Order: sequence, then structure tokens, then C-alpha cells
Amino acid sequence: MTPHILTRSLDRAATAFILIVAAVGVLIPLSNLLLPQGSMFQVPTYLVALWGKYVCYAILALSIDLIWGYCGILSLGHGAFFALGGYAMGMYLMRQIGSRGVYGNPILPDFMVFLNWDKLPWYWYGFDKFAFAALMVLLVPGLLAFCFGWLAFRSRVTGVYLSIITQAMTYALLLAFFRNDFGFGGNNGLTDFKDILGFNVQAEGTRAALFLLSCLALIIGFLICRTIVTSKLGKVLIAVRDAESRTRFLGYRVESYKLFVFTLSACMAGVAGALYVPQVGIINPSEFAPANSIEAVIWVAVGGRGTLIGAALGAVVVNYAKTFFTSGPLAPYWLFMLGALFILVTLLLPKGIVGTFNSWWETSKATNGSPDADSAAREDGVGAPNPAE
Amino acid sequence: MPALAGPFEDSVAKFANDEFSDTEAAIGEVAASGNALASPIISALQDGRLSADPDSKKVFITQTDGKIVDATTGAAVDKLPDNAAAVRLNNRLRRTVEAALGGLTLLSPDPAKRLAAAQSVFKSHEENLLPTVESALAKESVKPIKQAFAEARAAIILFKPDASDSDKLDAVAVVKARGDQEALALLTGLGDQPPLVAKAAASAVSAIQSNLAMWSMVQNAWYGLSLGSVLLLAAIGLAITFGVMGVINMAHGEMVMIGAYTTFVVQEVIRTRYPALFDYSLLIAVPLAFLVAGFIGVLIERTIIRFLYGRPLETLLATWGLSLVLQQAVRTAFGPTNREVGNPSWMSGAFELGQITITYNRLWILCFTLAVFAILLAMLRYTALGLEMRAVTQNRRMAASMGIATSRVDALTFGLGSGIAGIAGVALSQIDNVSPNLGQSYIIDSFMVVVFGGVGNLWGTLVGAFTLGIANKFLEPVAGAVLGKIAILVLIILFIQKRPRGLFALKGRAVEA
Repeated sequence: MTPHILTRSLDRAATAFILIVAAVGVLIPLSNLLLPQGSMFQVPTYLVALWGKYVCYAILALSIDLIWGYCGILSLGHGAFFALGGYAMGMYLMRQIGSRGVYGNPILPDFMVFLNWDKLPWYWYGFDKFAFAALMVLLVPGLLAFCFGWLAFRSRVTGVYLSIITQAMTYALLLAFFRNDFGFGGNNGLTDFKDILGFNVQAEGTRAALFLLSCLALIIGFLICRTIVTSKLGKVLIAVRDAESRTRFLGYRVESYKLFVFTLSACMAGVAGALYVPQVGIINPSEFAPANSIEAVIWVAVGGRGTLIGAALGAVVVNYAKTFFTSGPLAPYWLFMLGALFILVTLLLPKGIVGTFNSWWETSKATNGSPDADSAAREDGVGAPNPAE
Repeated sequence: MPALAGPFEDSVAKFANDEFSDTEAAIGEVAASGNALASPIISALQDGRLSADPDSKKVFITQTDGKIVDATTGAAVDKLPDNAAAVRLNNRLRRTVEAALGGLTLLSPDPAKRLAAAQSVFKSHEENLLPTVESALAKESVKPIKQAFAEARAAIILFKPDASDSDKLDAVAVVKARGDQEALALLTGLGDQPPLVAKAAASAVSAIQSNLAMWSMVQNAWYGLSLGSVLLLAAIGLAITFGVMGVINMAHGEMVMIGAYTTFVVQEVIRTRYPALFDYSLLIAVPLAFLVAGFIGVLIERTIIRFLYGRPLETLLATWGLSLVLQQAVRTAFGPTNREVGNPSWMSGAFELGQITITYNRLWILCFTLAVFAILLAMLRYTALGLEMRAVTQNRRMAASMGIATSRVDALTFGLGSGIAGIAGVALSQIDNVSPNLGQSYIIDSFMVVVFGGVGNLWGTLVGAFTLGIANKFLEPVAGAVLGKIAILVLIILFIQKRPRGLFALKGRAVEA
């Protein structure tokens, strides 16, 4: 990454976003650790974990925005990559439990002892090393996305067909992970984690560090996405989104571009899942549920697809609303609200919060007589493509 | 031993000797006597309710209601003599008693009991029942029961050490003709036999095995057809909205659910007001479900989908949101638990066809699905609306130029697709749990069917549904239910790579629309 690309990819909004995330990433853990308990500005530990979860969701949303907002690939199975990354991390955490499990077996996790397995399945080898697990967090979702995308894009499966088969993919994985003999803990999943890299996962310090790491991952992910979408590659992606056949006729290998971003996006989702698991303390097959993946798509739609910042913002806003409503007396109405959000955003706010704000900003600037509107904002390719019938 | 009136009385008196060998003889003689008291005596013996006075050689039955009767005459007795004791049994005798009881029911006047007795003799092949079976066989006039007796006799002869080879060969032929799992178990458990018989039995075993394999194929095919009909029913409405309008309706499953809940409401009203009409509840529910779901469908099209034409991905999201709202609305109105929907009498029960059992509800659903499919096909082919729908599918702009009100056709098409989903709900309420999540379980499968079959082609949907149903049921015994389903999903994903537009792809301009 040369400084030139970096500076080009950073406009004012992007810089502000990075600074805010960095500030949150530092301030929340600091306030949690340093201020006395009960102080007005002290963030309780449960909130650190909760906001850590939001940040992981924001990374997932970012990865979806990269392919949906800039390349027109609507994946309804991104939850699968998220969950696979989570499982890879969960397997490392399971191996770290060692003989502290209920059955005290130094090698086998509890559920395997319970199922009377006498040795570790081969695919659990190596997960006692953090480096290996971290590699798998990237490799497993990336490899699945590569194979899946290679098959799908090469045979030009596009649009809703692609959406439906990605949904089928996560559904198939859901069914598979629910099976006990699949070797991933069946419907209980992986839980009861003790420590990560020698630190207790429950400890305040560990949680604060995980939060900081999540924010760091969000910033890095944002920088990667930003670099891509502002580069020439990003231009081609937007061209693919808006007129795929035309781009192909112009001589670009559309499927290679798509495959690259799809795989990259799956790796990002995997990282999000890996950071998510130690913070919530459990990973189970319900993370593969098709509904989760669709919900992640709506975060992006709410925030504004094709804006990156909007995706992250949408994830935090929708999930904050979810926490707020489902924990109060309004809980039975949450699904009504979520459903209405899907409908209203697509009908009335197709550009999402950030996209709408951007266009409002542009028009108000234009009416104020400032002719050179922010060029970077225009380059974003804000707004949904609207191909003619 | 005091002189007694006749052979039956003599036999009964042997119970009083308190010797196992006498008791065994008595059981055989009483059972063969044909006396009306034979059955009560032997069942009393089995339950330890048969007592005998060793001095007077009189035998008494304590009936289940506590009354005591004389075993030879059936006359009531006030109380048991002081030194009367229950007739003792050992394990060998207990088996004899059971066999004797089986033999007694062989002669029962009730045909169902005779049949059951013959079946149990076939399994137990108790040698001392041979005379009873033979006399029952001679007397029997009902054909299937006569057949069962012949099979029971054959089973006994096969296990009888002193039967002649030719009798045994005949017996093997009879058992082979029966050809089911039990016949197989009987022949494989035959033990040592003369070489000729063993050879015949071995060939009979392989014949039965291939016969059974064929029937299990037939069974899988039937289950597959049944599953296919369910898939078709759920997907057919989707094929219309997706195929004709290109609209991804994720709330399609909820239309199915609404149809199922309509059935529930209809049945509730009938239960409380007009219980006599219960058998007609489904006939009433079908048009109602069509109207309710169809009306909701038109409403959805007019208020939401209309604004999203040409933006399939947004339609997908909006209808997903709609499905959440509808689910939650039903959950609020009817509660989150399963609601009870009953089967009318003509849909309950089952019948046997060869070696497989066919339940009436599955059969009716298959017929119903095919009927709905045929009606829909005819509607698209022969009615004005059908013509307009096809025109809009093939070329929307040109259809509009020819004066077809495309937006009206859109609304009606969406209503039609939703209405058919509602009808599907009526049928599915008969075999599935009626809960707010009912639709969710069908939506992915339905999409798979439509995508696999090819969009915009009802025949493709038909072939797709039955192919997936049958493939699923043939994979299930090999791979297990869940792995079978995963395999199907993976196969479809791979298939779509090969033929991105499904089995029966539309050709021409519509493809790129």
C-alpha cells in the first residue's frame, strides 16, 4: 500500500470515520478499566462486550457492502462465512480449555467425550495453536467463497439466482452443523471457553483488549475496502454492478473481479466471526440461519449501500435498536419493527441513511452556489443501481 | 378318580391332578374339544385364576369380576372349597397355554381375530397347533383368511421335523408366495433341513429378497411422489409470481401459513357451531383460503411490490420484511404454539398396497396437487386472464402496447400466486404443524424447486418438484434424512452452475429481462 493510494482513498468523511472508531476503540476500554465502578462515565463490562459485538457486526456489514454495494452481488449467505470464522476461533478456544472441562479430558472437548469419541477428528488437529486457528479463520471462509464463487461466477449465475443459492449454501451448512456426528458440537455448538492466548476470556482486561482489537479490525477492513473502491479495480467493480454484460464486452474478465471481491469479503466476514466468538462466549449452528444473513443485508441497506461508512453505521444502529427494543416491554413488537424497516427502507430510503444524507449535502451545496462538489463523494457511486426493465 | 359324565369333563378333571404332564394333556384336550368353556378355562389358567380341588377333582374359574364358576358346567359357585389351589404352570406349560389360546382364536367367529391368530401362528409355528390350523383351513370361507391359514400351516410344516420333503417343498412355495419380511425371517431361521428343501428355501429367500427390494423401491418412489406433491404445492404459486412477474416473494411461505390458519379458523367455527359439517371443513376452507391469501396478495402487490418492479434484490428484501411482519402478526393473533387442525374422516387411515402402506391424507394431497396444477395450466391456456399473463411474461412492453393493462395483470397474477399458496396451506395443514413458522420451512425448498425447474415454466416446476422429492427419498435411506437434504442442496447448487436457468429455461428476449 503506497501512501499515494492511501491518501487518495481518504476523503474527509473516511478520515472522520476512522478517527471516531479509533476514539471509541480507545476510550471505551479505558473508561471501563480506569474509572471507578459506579462512576457516571464508567462503561460497565457487559456494555463493552455488547458494543464489541456491534463492532463485529459492523465488519460483517462492511464485507457485505463491498460486494453488494460496489459489485452488485447480493449474498444471502454471508452469515455462513461469519459463522465459519467463528467456529475456527471457537475450536481454538475449545482446545485451550484442556483438562478444565467437565469431563477433564486433556485433549477431547466435552461434547466429544459425551459422544464417546476416543480420539480427536483430523480436522481438529492444529487448532491448539493460535497461529493455525487464525490462519483458518481467513482460509476456511475464503476457500469456501473461492470455490463457490468460482463455480457460480464462471457459469454466470447472477442476480437473484445467486442470492438464492447462497441462501441454500448457508442452509445446507446449518443442517450440517446441527448434526452431532459432524464433530462441531451439534446444536449446542462450542462454548464454556476459558482463555485466549493465556488470558481469561471473562476478564475485564481481555474484554477491553478484544474490543480494541475489533475496532482495529474495523478500521483495517474499512481501509482495505476504501482502497479497493477508490482504485481502478473499484471502478471496474462498479461497472460490473451497473452493466455487467457491457463490462465484459469491453474486455474485462468480470468473473475474476467478482471472485476476488467475493473471496476477500468472505475472509473479512470470517475475521468478524472470529472476533465475535470470544466476546459473546458461544458459537452454535443458529449463526448459519438464513435469517441472520438477510438481517445483515438490511443493516447495509439501512445505513446506505455503496457507502461503506453507512454499512458500519447501519449495523450499529439496527443492532442497538434490536437490543433496546427486545429487552424492554416492546419486545413483542420488535419483529414488526424489523419487518417494517425492511419494507420502508427499500421503498422510501433506497440509498440508506448515509446515501440520503450525501445527496442532500450535494444538493444543498449546489444550491449554495459552490460548483465543485466533493469529488470523492461522487466517486463513491452512491445509490442503488436501477437497471431498466 | 370318580366317574364323570363325558370326555370334556374327564379332560378338565386332569387339571386337578397337580401334575405338569396331566395339565399339559388337559390343555391340549380342552383346546381341541371345541367346547364354549375351553377359551375361558385356558385364559384363566394363563392368569392363575383356575383353581382345582384335589379331593373332589372339581375345577373352578375365578372370573375377572371375582365371581366363581364351575369349569365343566359354567354354573355359578358361591365360594371355592377350602382346599382348592390354583393350578400351577411352568415355563414350558406357559408356552403351551399361549399356543392353545392362539389355536382357540383360530376358530373364533370374528374374522379379524381369526386373521390375527393365523398371523401369530405363522410367526410362532407351534407344532401342536397343526390339527387346529388344518381344521380351520378346511372350514374357512373368507379368502384372505384362508390364505393366512395356508401360510400358517406351511410355516408349521417347515418346522416340523417329521414332515415329508414334498410337503416341505409345497410349504416353501406357499411362504415364498407370501413374500414379505416375515416370510423372509421364517425362511432364514429354518435351521437344518434336507438338502432339497434347503435348496428350495435358499432360492425362495433370494426371490423374496429381490421382491422386497423392489417393493422398497416402490415405497421410496411413493414417499418421493408424496414429498414431491408437497413441494409442488408449495412452489406452484411461487412459480407464477417468480416466473411470470420476476418477483422474488420471500413472503410466499407466509401465504401458505395464512391458508393453514384459515383452515384452523374454519374448523374452529365448525366445531363450535356446526359439528356435523366437520368432514366438509376442508372443502369450505379451500375457496376461503384462496380468497384470503389472494386478497392479501393483491394488497401487497398494490402497496409494496408495485414500486419495486425492475429491482428484484430490493423486492427480495422488502418481502422478507413483510414475511417477518406477517409471522409476528399471526403469532400475536393466534399465539406462538402449534394449533390443532384435524383430519376429516375421509383423510384419515391408510390402506395396504402390496407390501407398502399408503395413507389417505398423502394420497389425497397428491391428487389435490395434480388437480390444482391441471386447473392452473388450463387457466393459463384457455382464459383471457391466462392469455394476458402469458403475453406479459413473454414481452411486457409489447403486451402493454397491445392494450393489456399490465399493472392490473400484475396485481391479479400476484393475487393468483398468493391464493394458490393459500390453498397449499389448507393441504399442508393436514400433514404439518400449523404454527407461525410453517411458511419458513417451505420457502427455501420452494425456491429450490422453482430455480431447479426453470423460471417461467410450470411444467419445469412439476418436473423439478417430483425430481427433488423422489431424489430426496431415495437418498434418505442411504445417507440419512439430514445428509440427504444437504446432498440435495449441494446438488442443486452444482446443477445451477451447469444450467443457470434451470431445467426448462425460457429462451429469447425474456431471458435477459
